Amino acid sequence: MKQEAFQRERKDRWRSFEMALLALEEGEPAAADFAGAYRAICQDLALARERGFGTGLVSRLEGFAMRGHQQLYGARPLKGLRWLEGLLEFPAALRREWKLLAATALLFYGTGAASYLAVRIHPDVVYSVVGSAGASGIEQMYDPEAPHMGAPRETSGDLAAFGHYISNNVSIGFRCFASGILFGLGSIFLVGFNGVLLGGVAGHIVNVGYGETFWPFVIGHGAFELNAIVVCGMCGLRIGLAVTAPGRRRRGDALRTAARGVLPLLYGGTAMLVVAAVIEAFWSSNHDVWPTPLLYAVGTGLWIFVLAALVFGGRRRAG
Amino acid sequence: MDTRFRVETPEGIELAFSVAGAVPRGLAFLVDVSIRSVIYTVSALAFFLWLGEAATGPTLLVVFATEWFYPVVFEVLWRGQTPGKAGLGLRVVHMDGTPIRLPASLLRNLLIAADFLPLAYGFGIVSMLCDRHFRRLGDMAAGTLVIHTRHEGLPDHVELGAAPVPPPIALDAEEEQAVVAFAERAPSLTAARADELARLAAPLGGTRKALEGIAAHLLGREGSGPGSQGSAS
Repeated sequence: MKQEAFQRERKDRWRSFEMALLALEEGEPAAADFAGAYRAICQDLALARERGFGTGLVSRLEGFAMRGHQQLYGARPLKGLRWLEGLLEFPAALRREWKLLAATALLFYGTGAASYLAVRIHPDVVYSVVGSAGASGIEQMYDPEAPHMGAPRETSGDLAAFGHYISNNVSIGFRCFASGILFGLGSIFLVGFNGVLLGGVAGHIVNVGYGETFWPFVIGHGAFELNAIVVCGMCGLRIGLAVTAPGRRRRGDALRTAARGVLPLLYGGTAMLVVAAVIEAFWSSNHDVWPTPLLYAVGTGLWIFVLAALVFGGRRRAG
Repeated sequence: MDTRFRVETPEGIELAFSVAGAVPRGLAFLVDVSIRSVIYTVSALAFFLWLGEAATGPTLLVVFATEWFYPVVFEVLWRGQTPGKAGLGLRVVHMDGTPIRLPASLLRNLLIAADFLPLAYGFGIVSMLCDRHFRRLGDMAAGTLVIHTRHEGLPDHVELGAAPVPPPIALDAEEEQAVVAFAERAPSLTAARADELARLAAPLGGTRKALEGIAAHLLGREGSGPGSQGSAS
């Protein structure tokens, strides 16, 4: 069949397919026979290519096929809240990664403890960690008189503190993950860096004598916040390992699989950081309202809860 | 160099996507950055007028959410396009050509933090320049591509200035296609260039009119006058 006869014969079919495409692209529901019409277009395209018909006709059919492909295989976004299912998989996913998680925890708490001890034994070390301006900033932040510990001095109101904690801490978590794609080096650096920083800050606060208000303040949200940083850093290490040691797969394939695999952990880590910010802004920061023993009791309870969830959670699903 | 990315669909046909390079993507990014800064300014002002001193918290939350999730929200709800990408005619798709969904969009947009390093999106730009499909690090981890949505195809019906004439010598399939392609492209060429090209086909007559006549015959056009056959678009 010559090209123009082919075009004449299928003119109406193509026109109605184009109308169906436009309707779908406007967001209208698909007609019942859309899949069949799309397959017919694909067949026409294959014929036109095989018979060497003109570029104009072939590219028009290609355009139809691509747009049809987008519509047919385009899933309805956010249907069924799949991400929530991802969150439910969090404990089991953590459990499967316990070795890497333990290694990351060791890195974070190890550098933290080392930095804490260094500052306690040689108080001047803090100036190498945060600089002298940083040190006085910390003193202001954790001054027992400060309205919102851990947030800039001028922060006023629980909500402002909440905004600060969210934007600061969740962003740190995201960066600990993302930088891991650089062969894991970014995550190792950021997790270690945050360990050194937090350990040094804690040591300095205790050195200047604010320890009595500092510990009851940090213990509550720390359970979620510190462990969430470990989880996010671990996600970064996982994709870094996939790039560094892909095993029997191609580097790109290993990276894609690993990235998909850590998503439930990222959802969980982010959720933990949000919980930490809520606790920090609306509970911990009211340390002058609540008696210190209560803050300690609740804080200890939260640590037991988080650690127990990490150790015992997800056994059934991990199977 | 052919930068198109080929995908074979379950229907057994091959689709070729034109992958977008660093320049249009950078421009789309600039458009999105401007829109984001408008969001920051407007929300900060609105919160301040509404809440006064207490505006800091909500403003910080809006800035945080916009910074990280602006592209995710648009890409997922708007078939792979942010306003900047839509303006530049770009779209994010999975490596199999299907529209992007939440997991891939989240991954590629969280990993922007790595593309940003060491400064000014250095790794992202280097990665796009080195990769055959212009992917930044986030695209590689998420398994996504940024493609052009506009097809600058030729019209599938051309007005031919000559009546159908059978070719004076037998043509093979490739030669037939070349003659038809010439007829399709001739209207977009200058007359001098079209004549120059036509002279290359001396055995077929060596003029534009002669080639268009043969093309009309090959296309199976009926009738005897220019444009006498109705549109077959």
